[in-house]
Amino acid sequence: MKKEIHFQLNGYEVSAEVESHKMLLNVLREQFHLTGTKEGCGQGECGACTVLVDGLNVDSCLYPAFEVEGKSVTTIEGLVAKGNLLHPIQKAFVEEGGIQCGFCTPGMIMSSKALLDETPHPSEDEIKRGISGNLCRCTGYVQIIESIEKAAELMETESSKATD
Amino acid sequence: MQEFSFIGTDTPRPDAPDKAAGKAVYIHDLTRPGMLYGKIKFSEYAHARIKNIDTSRAEKLPGVRAVITGYNTPEVRIGFIKDNFALKKGKVRQFRDEVAAVAAIDPEIAEEAVDLIRVEYEELPGVFTPEDALREDATLVHEVDVKGRPKTDNLVPVPWKFVSGDVEKAKDKAAYWAEDHFETPLIQQSCMGTAGCIAEFDLQNNLLIHTKTQIPFLAQNDFNQALVAMGLKGKNSRVIVPTLGGSFGTGLDTHGYEYISILLAYKTGRPVKIVLTREEEFTALSPRQPSKSHIIQGCDKEGKLLFRDIRMLLDNGAYTSWGATTPSVMMLPISSLYRVPNVFYETKIVYTNNTYCQAMRGYGNPQAAWPMESNMDELAEKAGMDPYEFRLKNANIPNDITPMGLHITTCGLKECLDTVAEKLTWKEKRGKGKGKARGVGIASLFHVGGSGRVYRSDGSGIILKLDDFGNVSVMSGGIEMGQGFNAALSLATAEALGVTPDKVTVITGDTATCPWDVGTHASRGAFTSCNAAISASEKARKKIFDLASEHFMPRIKSKMKKRKRKDPDFEIPDLDYERVCDPSEFDMKENMIFLKEEPENPLLRVTLGDILRAAHYKEQGTIVVTEAFYDPCNQMIDAKTCRGNVSATYIFGAQGAEVEVDLETGKVKVLNFVAAHDVGQVLSRQAIRGQIYGGVVQGLGYALTEEYRTNKGKNLNPNFLDYKILSAPDIDFPIEIKCVETHDIEGPFGAKGVGEPGLVPTAPAIANAVYDAIGVRIKSLPITPEKVLKGLAEKK
Repeated sequence: MKKEIHFQLNGYEVSAEVESHKMLLNVLREQFHLTGTKEGCGQGECGACTVLVDGLNVDSCLYPAFEVEGKSVTTIEGLVAKGNLLHPIQKAFVEEGGIQCGFCTPGMIMSSKALLDETPHPSEDEIKRGISGNLCRCTGYVQIIESIEKAAELMETESSKATD
Repeated sequence: MQEFSFIGTDTPRPDAPDKAAGKAVYIHDLTRPGMLYGKIKFSEYAHARIKNIDTSRAEKLPGVRAVITGYNTPEVRIGFIKDNFALKKGKVRQFRDEVAAVAAIDPEIAEEAVDLIRVEYEELPGVFTPEDALREDATLVHEVDVKGRPKTDNLVPVPWKFVSGDVEKAKDKAAYWAEDHFETPLIQQSCMGTAGCIAEFDLQNNLLIHTKTQIPFLAQNDFNQALVAMGLKGKNSRVIVPTLGGSFGTGLDTHGYEYISILLAYKTGRPVKIVLTREEEFTALSPRQPSKSHIIQGCDKEGKLLFRDIRMLLDNGAYTSWGATTPSVMMLPISSLYRVPNVFYETKIVYTNNTYCQAMRGYGNPQAAWPMESNMDELAEKAGMDPYEFRLKNANIPNDITPMGLHITTCGLKECLDTVAEKLTWKEKRGKGKGKARGVGIASLFHVGGSGRVYRSDGSGIILKLDDFGNVSVMSGGIEMGQGFNAALSLATAEALGVTPDKVTVITGDTATCPWDVGTHASRGAFTSCNAAISASEKARKKIFDLASEHFMPRIKSKMKKRKRKDPDFEIPDLDYERVCDPSEFDMKENMIFLKEEPENPLLRVTLGDILRAAHYKEQGTIVVTEAFYDPCNQMIDAKTCRGNVSATYIFGAQGAEVEVDLETGKVKVLNFVAAHDVGQVLSRQAIRGQIYGGVVQGLGYALTEEYRTNKGKNLNPNFLDYKILSAPDIDFPIEIKCVETHDIEGPFGAKGVGEPGLVPTAPAIANAVYDAIGVRIKSLPITPEKVLKGLAEKK
């Protein structure tokens, strides 16, 4: 069965004709060519496909595309501001060495975004829980955790600048 | 000590921004015009005769463009000793054997078509342990060898044996000795990005293949041999490597799926992409081989090691990869970790009907370190010595030549051991935590640090291409797989050439444009490529300074004139503008060329780009491109004696842990972890921290949770729920790392390799701590709660 779905994607209203068995991950990668969202396992175990739906981090490989109707989806590409400006979380991952092969990175950053939006000053334990669904084989997580701590600082600086 | 501008700094990795933005292109993200999707039909038995393959229904499915089997394609032999075939005929020898494959216009049709292929088998008895495979009446996995001669046993014809001194005599002399048996399981590399490739042919029948590999040039050679088998003699393969989602050794061999893509692409005339699913990555890619070791070590009354005797049995699985050469690397720590005069080491590698194995990070060293470093503690206890003191007493020292003929140059082992002991507060804690079931443990490592000559050439090429703007392209045959190769290479080039790192672009992974490199393995990437980059930079500096002798003063003069035009008050200084400087008068730093005698004079400085443009845009102009090929001063291991200085330098390190054991559940909880590594010199601080942290956590998974489980050759846990790699909440303890800098003479800026060692001594360090905590010696990995409880029960 095919259906046209309408949703907001990285700030734009979009629509797509989608087959019933397709997951959000397939639609993002195949129809919108947003290949920043990765498929690491296709069964919700690794978190590489994490995106935000209405601000919450979800495994897009298990999220039926039909269910995104009327919702707002943010992918890793949507965090980059005009002028190729990295989001403070992305910047923090670059500066703190939280990236090695980079395959888990988009999902890791999207989970970090959901965490920091909800908990702007997370403890180390809260950070670990926030990325507990995102596996990384390269880093041993240490520099990822440091990156998220740095991201919290950068985001606070930015928001205080914005209110000045 | 040398002062550096960029070496050893925290400069962010050059590949990080694109990866952070989701812009890096992995094989999964690549498409080619007209591309088809390939899918493989794997065996349904561990060992069976193929009686018939019926592909008729698959062929009729709309959207299918080709269905191939071993019966309708040329025979393409693959593997280290060519005992494997891209598609199987006659019989299957493991569950993952490829019996057919399909190319279709989309992945779903390809999958459906594979399901429509019917294969009739006659099941054969299989052998699933190396011990069973060695029995006289054992079923043969291969009835004939690669030359077609009948085989009479299941031994892989790659025997490894190293003998030094006289172990039997030493046994008589030893005051203490300890003997035991240790095992390690199959380990899946668990790259976050699964394996895959896209193969296609041009109209001259040359192959272009985008593929996930660590060895583009050896892969080119392998694929060219396949082209010959396909009747395309004289045709060439171009290998392009996209961004790798981790590799950890998976890319050290060429694989069945690559050859099947090639066969499908040739048959259809279209690009064909095969990407493994996560389940296929587990079931159809080669894991690290399991090992069984019998070890005896002995020492004299004072605790000096006298001998080491290790006999190992390795399960090869059904075919032979480069993994069969891991014993040559195991031989290094076995012969040379600590000063031990008498060594006996023998390995048998045995065919079974299990999945065939390959190398993983550490290349055999984790399998060797586990028995050796566990048994060192057993021996220390027999000798009544503290295990840390015992290791210190036997530690290697600089300028030793080991029984294998390894020349130890720099050696930071003692400092690493001391660092670990100090940071763990060893003296206060060792042997004192039993009441709380707490303990501390330590283990050392020895590994190649200056590449390892396992192939006839151990070289790495570099091409430096400078453009009109002073940008530098570094073409390298090495591979960035996440470890920080590009970071190290860009910093080394910037430092050696005298430019800023932002001016450097590293270009890798294309056999047509990058110079030859044996591959990114053996912790060698940064060591060899940075050495080549230093040579190429020296050549470039010479050319640049030659050009500067002609163009420097005229450029200064024209700069002055320009300034005068903008600012009429500016007084043009009285300099000798006609002077032709000698090339030796120049230096260059951070993109600026200046005279050595006046490095601070702001008037006498010209950008690199200025000189390059001046030299380029004139009659009979020139450009600057240089190359270098660094082949380290190391030797192949002599096949008969197993001796040879295989690496240009060696790495040492020590790791230690404090653990607490839950006596109710048997769970081992790590409280604190310390890793001290002799790295020679830090090149990229970001990358080196990542390599050590990442290695330690992989090592902790190996120690505590990871086990690729099989039943009669079939994998039982092909997913991350059942194959447990560690997640962030599992790291609920501090990991402290220390880079001990010994400034190696052969290393680029003094650096040694660091890629693999992080996970080598981790498991024995944990096991030794568990023993200190509860007096139970765990002898097979992983250290599960079940094994701990069993050990506790047996102790009672």
